[in-house]
Order: sequence, then structure tokens, then C-alpha cells
Amino acid sequence: MTRVVVTGMGWITPLGNDLDTVWKRMCNSESAIATIDRFDASSFPTKFAGQVRDFDWKQYVQDASIHHKPAMNSQFALGAAKQAWEQSGLGSYQELDHERTGIYLGAGEGVLDFSAHSMIDTHSWDVEDGKVDAVAWAKFATEQLDEWGEVEQEPNMPLWHLAREYNLRGPAFNCLTACAASTQAIGEATSVLLRGDADVMLAGGTHTMLHALGITGFNRLTALSTFDGDPKKASKPFSRDRGGFVMGEGSGMLVLETLEHALKRGATPLAEIVGFGSSADAYRITDLHPEGRGPSAAMNNALSQAGIDAKTKTNDPPVQYISAHGTSTQENDSIETMAIKLAFGENAPNVPISSIKSMMGHLIAAAGSVELITCIMSIQTNMLVPTINLDNPDPALDLDYIPNTAREADVACCLSNSFGFGGQNNTLVVKRFYP
Amino acid sequence: MSQSDTNKVVISGVGVISALGVGIDPLWEAMLEGRTGLKRIERFDPSGFSSQVAGELAEEEFKVRKIVPKSHRKATKVMCRDTELAVGAAAQAVENAGITTAGTSDDPPTIDPSRIGCHIGAGLISAEVNELGAALVTSKNADGSFDLAHWGSEGMQNLSPLWLLKYLPNMLACHVTIVHDCRGPSNTITCCEASSGLSIAESRRVIQRGDADACLSGGAEDRVNPLALYRQHCTDRLAETDGSGDITKIIQPFSKDSNGTLIGEGGGILLIESENSCNSRSGSPWCTIDGIGCRQSFTETPLDADPVALTSAINKAMCEANCKPSDIDLIVPLGSGIPKIDAVEVVGLTSVFGETLHNIPTITTIPYTGNCMAGNGAICIGVAAKAMKEQTIPARLGSDITAGIHAEKCDSKETQINNVLVVTPSEGGQCVAIILGRITS
Repeated sequence: MTRVVVTGMGWITPLGNDLDTVWKRMCNSESAIATIDRFDASSFPTKFAGQVRDFDWKQYVQDASIHHKPAMNSQFALGAAKQAWEQSGLGSYQELDHERTGIYLGAGEGVLDFSAHSMIDTHSWDVEDGKVDAVAWAKFATEQLDEWGEVEQEPNMPLWHLAREYNLRGPAFNCLTACAASTQAIGEATSVLLRGDADVMLAGGTHTMLHALGITGFNRLTALSTFDGDPKKASKPFSRDRGGFVMGEGSGMLVLETLEHALKRGATPLAEIVGFGSSADAYRITDLHPEGRGPSAAMNNALSQAGIDAKTKTNDPPVQYISAHGTSTQENDSIETMAIKLAFGENAPNVPISSIKSMMGHLIAAAGSVELITCIMSIQTNMLVPTINLDNPDPALDLDYIPNTAREADVACCLSNSFGFGGQNNTLVVKRFYP
Repeated sequence: MSQSDTNKVVISGVGVISALGVGIDPLWEAMLEGRTGLKRIERFDPSGFSSQVAGELAEEEFKVRKIVPKSHRKATKVMCRDTELAVGAAAQAVENAGITTAGTSDDPPTIDPSRIGCHIGAGLISAEVNELGAALVTSKNADGSFDLAHWGSEGMQNLSPLWLLKYLPNMLACHVTIVHDCRGPSNTITCCEASSGLSIAESRRVIQRGDADACLSGGAEDRVNPLALYRQHCTDRLAETDGSGDITKIIQPFSKDSNGTLIGEGGGILLIESENSCNSRSGSPWCTIDGIGCRQSFTETPLDADPVALTSAINKAMCEANCKPSDIDLIVPLGSGIPKIDAVEVVGLTSVFGETLHNIPTITTIPYTGNCMAGNGAICIGVAAKAMKEQTIPARLGSDITAGIHAEKCDSKETQINNVLVVTPSEGGQCVAIILGRITS
């Protein structure tokens, strides 16, 4: 039977740009949330976010000139992929079959030039007609917009940049299922390997919506926190006074390969992907199903595929950590808690859960990949990172959310949840690698 | 985790929506007659653009409100055009497959909702400039500059609260899953022209690994708006035309005279189903999906294509389908009319078929519908399935002379078609090849 293992990981996050730094900061319960300085958000309802800092993508590629002008999401992807590729040892593996090495990303779109677009739309506005004068719009667009910047808007551009950097010619997909995208990408990449369609898959996500129109969109949805205090305290999953999510940005990348391929080249498996579950709520465009139907189905499917009986009462639960989607919205955290109870039954109170979004914000399409890496780091270090800002617990949410402080634990199996607008639910189960 | 890939997968329902109408039949009839759906853009004044012709479906020909259940009518207000097209094509596919879903009646569903997945290719959905402009203009200063501070404090309130949700690519699948109560795996592939083919590949993979019995699968996209048209202009792939002269001569796939492609709106949704599921409900499959190959190009820019990747994808699909080149009776290439992409297709196909490529007929859909990007592959597959069913190759538009491939202008004709190869190289470098097989009694 084919087994799929992780042999490399990398991330670019608001908490730092390498595995060790970010891990240490999460273990120290640090927050990366701060005032937005990428644009002037001082008048916006939300003025803070988790912003990637001190990152120069050119340090992560062999020859920057072959990438033309990558958008920020592609830059993050190149940074995270470099770390994963190096850790996997594939960079020095001469016998890599490039046609059997693919990519599956959950990447978001590029960054829209809001300054230019707002100028174009307003200058071409025909007051009498109450709409844009399309002829004028075309003229201003031609003058104001950077053509290559518009090409880089396509969500499959990070995929091209990674393929170009590492000469990857195998199966290639990009999915964009909102906040569930990179978990779905990793799950489907695993499926591609299990089918025998590739030996190696570079999988993960990358995204930034940290621009004026992105913040506008989520502010209008009233999904973002508008916390009026220390930004570090704004993201508070599972708290009684949680008031929406905090925007983050970044990328997480993993090298997945068949165990046979990894062992053949002498690679060190970091963990094994043992379960993937996917479902649709098929309920409403704005709301989760009130009974947690979709999230629990995704968890049940992933656990079933992993051969894990999560419901039978035991003092030694088969899953030692859940990386929650845990957005810090009233709806998500309540329904995710309900769904975890459905999936784990009486064992639910004994399974530690945390949301790293409390520390780095919500990386949108990239969130799931960064959270799966968190699970694998937990397995490797036997440490569980906390949900910070959990000083005022919601009494209706009664599970173990690892409040505020990291803890030691024997961690051999973790579950990672990602749920997206539109009712997208994806869950991965990852285990310590045993030969 | 284990995977089984032994389940045979069929196409058991076809829904297509394009400039030529709603459903596969209007498109097919037009293709038999050699009648294009391309015309000068009417939705907005295209005079400011160098490419002014597109495959545009008249608004009055398709009202999404009329085809969704009453319970979902309110939600149509937050559908962008891409989503409307997907919902329209899905309704056609469900009807064509003869299944009952929550979207067709209150009767019990034919297939367990938890066993129906949904994989719909989508594009970078471009915001409607009129909708966004109406809000932005409220933050315009007297000197004409844009006041970001005003936008943050007041201006953005003029944008609909659900504005963002309208433009998320996964909203196509989201609305389709809600309308038809599809609770199985759902995904949104965003790989330009390859989106549909890759979605179908994923549906097949999901069914074969046992996670669903059927999936609504394909793609849809609308490029007929100023921002989307401008973005395509940036790729330097569009034919320059003001719409004067013979519209059918603008896109000339595989001709040395071709100077680019044209945009379109449309797409296709197919019901992809395990053969067992289809047989158990006495469904009438159109064809089998016998092989799929997916590869990534290695190119200097994301706007180039790579014949090696295309060849490799085709070889993988043929290997899965247990096909030899001589088994292929019909090829449906992208045939966009973009010279460098057409040339790559010919080189890639020639590597597989050699000199026999001249003898294998082709269907090219883009001269009829325009390039519907994420929806294009599903239109191609829908037309390929129809051709196999009717044992007919529809008329081709374009040039009388094509280079290296049997794609010159011709009338429709009946012929024996047992295996069809559909190939798509995309902007961004993804290549997908799909082999469809005829179902014989």
C-alpha cells in the first residue's frame, strides 16, 4: 500500500520567515498583530493585521530575473518553497524525475493595485449615466495599470513561478476554495501521489489580501475584528468577546512524496499524511450549517480514511492535537466546537485544540498549510502551541483550547481543520512517521 | 489511506452555456451550420479597446432567477455573471442526466447528496467596474483625486455588504452545491483554460477513490467586462478588431494568418459519474472518460506553452486509456488562434501522432464561442461528447489552409468516432489531455 510522507516544510508568516523562529515565537505565546503600515488604514474600521516583515523574495531564488515581477503571493510562495525544498534534500538529488514531480497549490490572487484602480474607476465615472464610461475607462487603464501586474493577478501564477524555479513538470493544479484552499491542496496532492500519478508533490498555499480592497471587502462583510485596543489582543478565538478574525498573510509549503520514493533517496520522513476529508455545507453562501454538518463530515471522512476510531470513549484519545480553523468569529468557533464534539464524541474534551490565528492572524488561502506545518512541528517537538488572548472564555465553548500557554505533550497524531466561505470544509490527519 | 482507480467513470449529463445559447443543442446546431456566436461587444462600449469582438450571450436569453428554486432566488442578487453561467450550465447537466436533486423538485434525490461532489473551474473574477465605481466615486475629492481616508471612514459603506462574496472564485461551486444539495467534496480549480479539464480530472479522482458517486464538474467564466477584457489584453493574446468585416475570419486556428484570439463568456458543467452509479439508476451515459494526463510547462514566461508538457500529458492520457495514436478518431485542441500557442499544440500533437496528425479531424470551438477561459475546456468536452454521440464532426470556421494539422475550414460531416482526445494548454503553463471513449451497446 502506498504511503505519503512529508519530507520538507517551509513558511513565510507574520511571525517570521523560518521554521524555528516562528515555532519559538508561538511557543512563547507571541502575537504578530500590529498596525497596518502597507497602506494608510487609519480611517478603516480595521487598522491592524498580521503582516509579513523583513522578507526579500530574491534571497530565496537562484536567479530573480527569470521570475520577472512576481506578485507578493508568488514571492511568499517562493520563500516558503525554498525552505521546504532544502529541508527535503531534493535540491541535491540528481535523479529526480521532473515529470513525476508535481505541484498542487491553494493560492489566492495577486495584489490589486487599489490606488490605480480607484483612480481609473472614479475618473471614468459618468455622472449623468451613473456608470463608468467604458471608453474612458479603457484609456485610463492603459495609462495607469501595470500590464504585468494584471497578468500576475491570476491565481495560478505562483504555480508557474514554483515550476520555473524547481523545474517541476508533473501534474499541476491550483485551487481556490477561500480559507480552506491549502488544506484542500495538500489533501488532493496526497491523492495524486496515492494514485501513482507522481512521486513527489510540492503542496501548500500562499495568499495576501492585506490591501485596501481586501480589508474593505472583509470589513463590509463584518467578518474582521474592529477591536479598539492593543492589536495584539484582537484575535481571540474561543473567547466570549471574540469579534471577528484578524487578517494575516503568508505562505506554507510542504514537500510530499511516496514513502517508497523518500526511502529510496535516503530522505527523512517528518510525518505521514494518513487522512483527508472534504465536504460541502450546501447550505448558505454566508453561514455555516448550524449543526456543523459539513465540518463534522470532513473530520469524519478524514478520520475514517486514517483508520481512526475517534468516538469510542478512551482515556488515551487517538488524536493528541487539533489545529482548529478557529477564526475568532462568533459563528466559526461555536460551530467548529460543535462539529469537533460530533466527530470525537465523549473524547472531545480530552483532545487539546488551539488556533494559531490568535498569534499570526488568518492567512486565508495559506492558513491550512501553515497550520498543518504547526501540527508536524508539534509531533516533532512534543509541544502544543496555545490559543492566546483566551482570558475570557466563552462558557458555551467547553473544550480544551490550550489557553494562553504552550504545553508539553506526547503528540503522535494531529488533525487540522480548514473551513471556507461558501461552505468548504477540509480536514487533514497527520501522524508521527513509523517505518 | 488507500486509493482505488478501477471504477470506470462516465459523463452522464451535459450542460453547456455559451454565446450561442443555453444548452448543448443551440451550440451544436450552430456548429453544424458554421454559424459563429461572435459579434461586436454590446454589453459596454468596447471602442476604447483594440479587441472589440467577443462571444457574448444576450442578457435576455438567460435569466438565472428563472432556473433556480424559489428558495435560492434571493441569492441570485449576489451572483456575478460567472456564477450565473455555472448555475445555468449545472441546471442543464442535471436535467440532461435525468436525475432529481433539490434543485429540480421536492422529490427524493436520485443520488445521496453526501455522495455528490462538485468541481468547478473558475477564473480570476473581475469586479464589475460600474458596481465598484459607484462606491468609489463617493470618495472622490473636488480636485479629482481619490480620498482613501474618506473611503475607509465612509465611502466603503456604499459597497454592498456581500460585495466580496460575489467575486470569490469558489462561489460558482458554492451556489451550485446549494441549489443541488451536493454535500460531497467540492473544489474550485483556478488554472485559466485548463481549469475545466483539471476539475474533471479531480472529479474522476474523487469518484475513483470512493469519496463520491457523482460530481458536477466543469467550469465557467465571463470575460466580457472591461476589467476582464483589459486583463486579457495585457497577455498580448487578443486579435485586434473593431468588428468590421467577416467575423468568422478573425480567429483562424492554426493558420499562418491568425493574429490572436477573442474573449467569450460561457462554460460547461458535466455530470461525471461512476459507471456503477449510472447503471444502477438506468442512466444514459454519453461517453466514458478513459484517460487523463496533466503536466506543467517549463517556459520562459507564464504566457508561453511547452510542447514537451503537452506531449507528456497526451501520452499519459493515452497510457491510462490503453490507446494507441491510431485509435484516436478526433482531436479537440484549444485552437485559440494565438499563433505561438497554436504552434506549440501542433508540435506537441505531432510528437505523439507523427505524420498521421494530418489525417485526424479536429473540432475547434473558440471561433464559435470565443475563449471562455476557465469554462472553455468543459465546452470542448461537451462538444466532443456530442460529436461522439451523433457520430458527426461539426463544421470548422477559420482558414482554408492550416499548418500541420487537419483544422482547415470545412462543413460538418458524419464519421465514425470511437475515441476523442481533448487537449488544453493554459495561460500559466498547465496542460491537460483527456480521452473520451464511445459507449457501444
